[in-house]
Amino acid sequence: MNWKRAIVAMFAAVPLIALFAYGFTRDPRDIPSPLPGHDAPAFALAVFAPGEPPFTRPVGDTIRLRDLAGKVTVVNFWASWCLACRDEHVTLSETARQYAGRPTQFVGVLYNDRPAAGLRWIADMGGQSYPSVADDRSRTAIDFGLFGVPETFIIDPTGRIAYKHIGPISASVLRHWIDSLVPIPAAGDTVRQPSVR
Amino acid sequence: MIGLLAHNALLVSLFTVALGAVITPIAIRSGRRDWLQLTYGAVYTNFLLVSIATVSMVVALVTHDFSVSYVAAVGSRSTPLLFTIISLWGALEGSILFWAWVLALYAAAVVWIHHRRPGNLVPYAAMTLLAVAAFFAVLLAGPANPFLPVSPVPADGPGPNTLLQNHILMAVHPPLLYLGYVGMSVPLAFAVGAILSNEAASNDWAILSRRWMLASWGFLSAAIIAGMWWSYEVLGWGGYWAWDPVENASFLPWLTATAYLHSVMVQERRNMLRLWTLNLCVATFVLTILGTFLTRSGILSSVHAFTTGTIGYYFLAFIAIVLVATLVLVAGNSDRIRTRGNLGGAASRETVFLLNNLFLTAVMLTVLVGTLYPLVAEAMRGVKVSVGEPFFNRMAVPAMVALIFLMGVGPALPWGSTTWANARQRLLPPTIGAVVLGAIAVIAGARSVYAILAFAFVGYAAMANLREYWIGMRARHRAHGEGWPTALARLIGGNRRRYGGYVAHIGALLVALGITASSTFRTEREATLLPGETLTVAGHTVRLKNVWGREEPQRSVIGATLDVLGKDGAVIGTVQPRMNYYRVSDQPVPTPDVRSSPRGDLYVNLTAFESNGANATVKVIVEPLVPWIWFGGMVIVLGAVIGLFHRGRRTAAPSTIAVAAPEPEPALAGTDS
Repeated sequence: MNWKRAIVAMFAAVPLIALFAYGFTRDPRDIPSPLPGHDAPAFALAVFAPGEPPFTRPVGDTIRLRDLAGKVTVVNFWASWCLACRDEHVTLSETARQYAGRPTQFVGVLYNDRPAAGLRWIADMGGQSYPSVADDRSRTAIDFGLFGVPETFIIDPTGRIAYKHIGPISASVLRHWIDSLVPIPAAGDTVRQPSVR
Repeated sequence: MIGLLAHNALLVSLFTVALGAVITPIAIRSGRRDWLQLTYGAVYTNFLLVSIATVSMVVALVTHDFSVSYVAAVGSRSTPLLFTIISLWGALEGSILFWAWVLALYAAAVVWIHHRRPGNLVPYAAMTLLAVAAFFAVLLAGPANPFLPVSPVPADGPGPNTLLQNHILMAVHPPLLYLGYVGMSVPLAFAVGAILSNEAASNDWAILSRRWMLASWGFLSAAIIAGMWWSYEVLGWGGYWAWDPVENASFLPWLTATAYLHSVMVQERRNMLRLWTLNLCVATFVLTILGTFLTRSGILSSVHAFTTGTIGYYFLAFIAIVLVATLVLVAGNSDRIRTRGNLGGAASRETVFLLNNLFLTAVMLTVLVGTLYPLVAEAMRGVKVSVGEPFFNRMAVPAMVALIFLMGVGPALPWGSTTWANARQRLLPPTIGAVVLGAIAVIAGARSVYAILAFAFVGYAAMANLREYWIGMRARHRAHGEGWPTALARLIGGNRRRYGGYVAHIGALLVALGITASSTFRTEREATLLPGETLTVAGHTVRLKNVWGREEPQRSVIGATLDVLGKDGAVIGTVQPRMNYYRVSDQPVPTPDVRSSPRGDLYVNLTAFESNGANATVKVIVEPLVPWIWFGGMVIVLGAVIGLFHRGRRTAAPSTIAVAAPEPEPALAGTDS
């Protein structure tokens, strides 16, 4: 047994083992997003599903992100073929209603789907309180670095993405982020209805 | 109840293998060889105990005993029986149990077959296998215990991973993979046994381990091909290989095992490359453990990765022990193992084998680097990168194309040396094959240099390997007046290893042909069709008939029926691509329908549908020669089987091994020169 050579060889294994040990400190599924903390990509998309009062927007109207400055905007990407979107649908509609009267705006963005299919899905699901827009050729989805549906982005009043949620979102997560971003109305302030143009 | 029994069997098995492994060196050092019966007894007892645990698990799965944690995690009353049984390897704990059972089976087989051999090699090999078994026994006793009691007992479970219950190949691919992977522990055990028993300086251990490596290699080859087939039939993208980390993990030991099967011939014939062959043996085993580690620890993201808890740390410790132990053993004894042979002429078979080993190792290192690079990049620079197909295709494909070429040169050249004139004469028929197939490829529209070279080399190597049969058969025909079928049978029977090897070559060439053709000439189109509308892709026309839905106990199925139209517009068949929605998952599992013929596949996948059945979006892919990949895989296995039934001329008398004298070529095969 040549121990000198054996010991040298043993140390050759150290970097590899160290590399694997390091690997355990990382989660390979943790896909980093460059977006949170940065300005949300601008979009201007046409409404295909009008939503319900008080959020109604006429079909064909254009929703522009920059017009929503000053509000907390919840952008939810969904599709009629997406099963997980069914789970979060009621949560989103209800939460939007609960925040009516506060400076918030919910927008649904239809991803990789036809508006006709989207409208039928909304009818099947018993309505959607807020308007949805069509994302022709997935431009906006690509700008937002969409990984799949559903994904929800919460944008603060300055237009910066505060939070990105992958998968069905829960009411508590929505409330937590909206509450932390919406300025709490001081006593005596007039609470205005969300502007409907 | 059955859970408790099985759990206790596993605990006793841990104690047994630990005792058996520890007692072996004591028995040998102290000269009490009768104690070695304890080693062998431990091997058999372990097999019995792990078999009890495995059978208990199958019984628990089949009887839906949800008081057993593994059954509660993967079982479901609505899952069909076959998929219930194969969910044994569908999740982490069950797959570790199955692994331990296969290892116990191999160890018992090794001891059963070789226990009469004198010397310390077999005891030390048994000890090595027991040590590996001890690791899996620790996993089963602790972090991967599949027999934990569940209370309260649920009424039903979620069922197995949806991807695993969608195709019958899942009953085939994992067991083959385990048989291949785990089997590679046996050559390692012989290598370690040879070093510890001071027999590494002979070629005996390599001859003992060769057949085990060939069997494992055959299983692993079949497993890789079956995995490709499964991916092709289930994942719906019309491909079969994506350089996914875990695909790579199965490919890495295959490469070193292939190199071993060639280098061991040089070791036997020329008494060269002994240290190198031993290194390949060790590397193959380390790569199988690395592969298991990558799949089972959750360190890399992959479709194969199981969700894991603390088990990764056990694997990290094990791989550290394996790496350090093997490196110390081999490096510390390398002076004694090393051989000082010399090559014959430049144009000889051993030169080609050296090149073959060089390229196989180069491909292995390339794939290893590509697989681990994301981890390195994150460790060194803190960035997430992914290494995809372009890297592997650019880096590994040229060497693989060169390997196809060598598959043609090696069989054509004799051992020792030859004159260039003789070599030229032997290489003429292959060259004709290369020109013909290369020309066909160019005419068919291939433009990529590597694709044309791959086609040409497949033609080259096919001619070279077929020529070996032709020459041998012609010689027998002339000398003995045998009919051609008799001549072929006796030719193969006379030297099964050699002609089995050529059969495996032919299989590998068919795989290479299928891969090259289907990746070069693939055509695909996607369209949304109304009923009655047609879509034509590369001369194949399909017409949407209807979209339908069906409820089954464990899933709902949405399908589209399409007629396949012939050239004259008549219906020549139907395809029914489906999407299967399993209860436990939001993601549908695509189930493409494939219409195969020797010329290639018509692959139809349903990618979207209108829920009222008004239309369907289908992707139609035409992939030439794909079935030849699966057929080639079967031919490879046939070659391995022929080689396995080689009569062991030399293993009978280990002490009289011819060390330096190269065995003469079988007389009949040499009569052409």
